[in-house]
Amino acid sequence: MKFSIKVTLKKNVLDPQGKVVQQTLQNMGMNTLKSLRQGKYFEIDVNENNESKAKNKVEDMCKKLLVNLIIEDFEISKI
Amino acid sequence: MNSSVIVFPGSNCDRDIAFALEKLQFKNTMVWHKDTTLPKSDLIVVPGGFSYGDYLRSGAIAAKSNILNEVIKAANDGCLVLGVCNGFQILTETGLLKGALLKNKKLKFLGKDIYVKTINTDNKFCNKYKKDQVLKFNIAHNEGNYFTSTDHLKELEDKNLIPFKYCDEKGNIKEENNPNGSLNNIAGIFNEKKNILGMMPHPERMVDQMISSNDGVNLFSSLLN
Repeated sequence: MKFSIKVTLKKNVLDPQGKVVQQTLQNMGMNTLKSLRQGKYFEIDVNENNESKAKNKVEDMCKKLLVNLIIEDFEISKI
Repeated sequence: MNSSVIVFPGSNCDRDIAFALEKLQFKNTMVWHKDTTLPKSDLIVVPGGFSYGDYLRSGAIAAKSNILNEVIKAANDGCLVLGVCNGFQILTETGLLKGALLKNKKLKFLGKDIYVKTINTDNKFCNKYKKDQVLKFNIAHNEGNYFTSTDHLKELEDKNLIPFKYCDEKGNIKEENNPNGSLNNIAGIFNEKKNILGMMPHPERMVDQMISSNDGVNLFSSLLN
């Protein structure tokens, strides 16, 4: 069963990379751009057919390694 | 005094810190990250470098290595632990030290000499320094921007758990002397019991007047005190 994980910096954490990307896009003339935050994306395939069990395993992986909960939030979706 | 320096794939300050320790007569052992036991140690050093190529987050993979389980146990039993640069990042990833090291505010890798002021000298690591002493250290990092919760930041200040803050040559602690955007100009922190120190600057690079300065010597000699 496949899942995608979106990892983003928490709202109160500065994202200097995102800011530079945002400024560059604005300098390129993308004037409608209001704000931009940069994040990470993972795709995980787990050997488990029960969706809620599989999701729990992925959540465990996020909490134990993939995500630093002090500075990051995550969102799991089934693919 | 017995010390152990942990070595990961990608560590590059391990031998520098071993040199500094041996210069001060520590009986030092290098310990490979895959080892499952630690030699008898009064001090454990998690050195600087780029463990596992900084994959995922700086220090995140090293924090899950075999030997770190032993380091965590020893630290919780009161053993002295020093994490420098990547070592500091690893210690925050294990949770032994609270907070996290974010990318430098200006997004540049910083490799240069900077100044820090000693804020707390009443501890095992800094007792040979005078309070408010200005020290020249060297930094070499891309993720040294210390971040933590508002509550923990208050705790760090209230309980005097900050040994070093970035400053100018005269000791003024101002935002313009903050190289990486670290909260409150923090260059290093202790855990609550002050047996664990994490710091971004490299004291081991300042143990010989001929190549730099002697400002790092007292950090190691304090431990022998």
